[in-house]
Amino acid sequence: MGLKRPDLETKISNLLSPLVVAGAGGALVLIALVPQLAALIREQLQANLSPTAAAVAASAIGVGATVFLVGQLPVFLIWFERKVAAHIQDRLGPMRVGWHGVLQSFADGIKLVFKEDIIVNGADRFLFKLAPFLVLMGAFSAFAVLPWHTGLVVSDLNIGLLYVVAITSLGSIGLLMAGWASNNKYALYGGMRSAAQMVSYEIPTAIVILSVVVQVGSLNLQDVISAQLGGFGNFANWHIFRLYGLNVIGFVLFFICGLAETNRSPFDIPEAESELVAGFHTEYSGIRFGLFFLAEYGAMFFVAGLTVVLYLGGWSGPFFEGPLVFFIKTLALVFVQMWLRWTLPRLRVDQLMALCWKYVIPFAFLVLLVAALASAGAS
Amino acid sequence: MSSQTQYKDLEPDEAYAFKPEDLEPDEMILNMGPQHPSTHGVLRIELKTDGEIVKDAQPHIGYLHRNFEKHAENIDYQGVIPFTDRMDYVGSMNNSLTYAVAVEKLMEIEVNERVQSIRVITSELQRIASHLLALGTYGMDIGAFTPFLHSFREREKILDLFEWLCGARLLYNYNWIGGLSHDLPNQWTDRAKIFLDQFEPVIDELDNLLSYNKIFTKRTADVGIIPPERAVGYALTGPNLRGSGIKWDIRKEDPYCGYEKYEFDVPVGQGRYGPIGSCWDRYYVRVEEMRQSVRITRQAIEQMPAEGDVRETVPKRVKPKPGEAYGRTEAPRGELGFYVVSDGGLIPYRVKGRSPCFVAMSIFREIAKGEMIADMIAIIGSLDIVLGEIDR
Repeated sequence: MGLKRPDLETKISNLLSPLVVAGAGGALVLIALVPQLAALIREQLQANLSPTAAAVAASAIGVGATVFLVGQLPVFLIWFERKVAAHIQDRLGPMRVGWHGVLQSFADGIKLVFKEDIIVNGADRFLFKLAPFLVLMGAFSAFAVLPWHTGLVVSDLNIGLLYVVAITSLGSIGLLMAGWASNNKYALYGGMRSAAQMVSYEIPTAIVILSVVVQVGSLNLQDVISAQLGGFGNFANWHIFRLYGLNVIGFVLFFICGLAETNRSPFDIPEAESELVAGFHTEYSGIRFGLFFLAEYGAMFFVAGLTVVLYLGGWSGPFFEGPLVFFIKTLALVFVQMWLRWTLPRLRVDQLMALCWKYVIPFAFLVLLVAALASAGAS
Repeated sequence: MSSQTQYKDLEPDEAYAFKPEDLEPDEMILNMGPQHPSTHGVLRIELKTDGEIVKDAQPHIGYLHRNFEKHAENIDYQGVIPFTDRMDYVGSMNNSLTYAVAVEKLMEIEVNERVQSIRVITSELQRIASHLLALGTYGMDIGAFTPFLHSFREREKILDLFEWLCGARLLYNYNWIGGLSHDLPNQWTDRAKIFLDQFEPVIDELDNLLSYNKIFTKRTADVGIIPPERAVGYALTGPNLRGSGIKWDIRKEDPYCGYEKYEFDVPVGQGRYGPIGSCWDRYYVRVEEMRQSVRITRQAIEQMPAEGDVRETVPKRVKPKPGEAYGRTEAPRGELGFYVVSDGGLIPYRVKGRSPCFVAMSIFREIAKGEMIADMIAIIGSLDIVLGEIDR
């Protein structure tokens, strides 16, 4: 048995794997250097353009960079999830396409793009086509207010948290639309379940966010972070350590609600594959299915990021601060989400509702009440 | 019909038990299967639902019908064994054992002790493998994916042992009439002992990962309750019957292959997290049975005579006298029986299989009413059906 001559696939993969790994490393460096880069760009713009044009150009560059980053994130997260799942389950996961399977997501993406785009008979064609975009839009536009560093946010809205609550619920309309338009009973069940679930869990989410807003006194996410700066080691002021430890409850509640809002296990009943085949995206194929997938991972990262902003000090940290710190913290929370997914069974729909209305909402109100009393006492 | 006929234009035919015109407002017919990820094969269940509540459920079987009984009437006695392997394809050892026991009864063959011990070892290992599959997929039905792969890892080791034993991993053709196809390879028992030693802690691991999980118990403990008298009334057997708290095990009540020599307990449902006879009880009986199977296998390996020809009593020509015999054993899914009638020829006159899954499926409609859609999956999984055996 002699050495096999490497075939074309192996050659491509040998060529691309180092590139991808280097690209990921480079991206991390880039994320770390973003504040300097942003300052440089802003300086150049202000020097060469009129103030209005500079502002427009700056936000355009910001939007472009965010869209690019958010578009690449799921590619990484899908590979990451598959690796995490594999190692939890005592196997290796993707190993063939590139070094430790780093090219797997790209291969899957190419496959999805080239797959036939099937629209079933009897489907509402317009809504069927619209739904994935709506879901994707709901997941990705939320990134507009996610602060990566001081002054480094696409849109520094003073009602940022309100915007987040509003825009993330756009996704549930998309899921409902997908379920309804598919002309499939399983998809309909999935859509109805997701609507019920997201509408229910939006209430505790909003209440928990409100408890933070009451403590900070602002709806702006940058203000939320600057309220957490300082203190011992630059982390003692994080919200999770404040309010007599009650914010730990708030943190856990927000994390649970985040899982429910993104339809992640153990709350993945809208796409429960053992009950509803694939739930709302049963009839989707090709890139339309891929868009749902992108949206799911985008939403996962966003929810983890919002948790970091609200409770873990955003981009501040004990030794370093900046976008990289934020990224690493968020990734750690994303890892916890994956860990839970591959460990826990799935709740039933009535238990999900019972959990929301009987346990999560009362505790959320408790946190809000204490936060309100504490801030009233302070002022 | 034009080439563009749409689904909605088709008339519902007799394949539907529920008619659209009989539905109340808010009710809907949901067709679950035959192509569905969690019906454990090609089972089709017709559900009459009101939102998430299942008003009525009618299982439809027959999608995997392979004409086993008619085949058996046209092939010699020994040739039936590969067909029995394909009935319950995750418990093949037990199937062929049952058929072999039935024909041996008909021919009045007494197999020697070594054959009996090896049969006990293989059928208990097969029971562990089958239960691992049942429990793993049950966890997956409830939404926990990881226990499935962990239990398949262990099942793989048993399949490796079987592959070493007879060359096949799923359909063995190992139990012959009057003996076995091969003797144990050298050191096979040592390897089996190593497996048993490392497997016992894995059961505890499974318990911690899945059995006592709060979400898992919530999902299964109050669902699909079979009261003991209904279980007896529907002639359930195996873990489904014992889950309802009734101590009935063919290995104890009507021992075969020398099971009376071994010490083991018959685990029954305790109703630990809810009413007795729930899905959790049936699940946990299987977990406990794996522990007992490990115990039995250890004893069988210890007590196995070192010498003995496994083909000593294999008849040159299987030609029983006219007559009939019913052989039954405790298969992983319950009492498996073969009723064999001979007219004195080389070919069986009739072979009737009594399959535990078919009987278990008959209670499904009764326990499914009023539960939720997600519970359908939990109930099917807890009955541990294999469609190959239901449809035959």
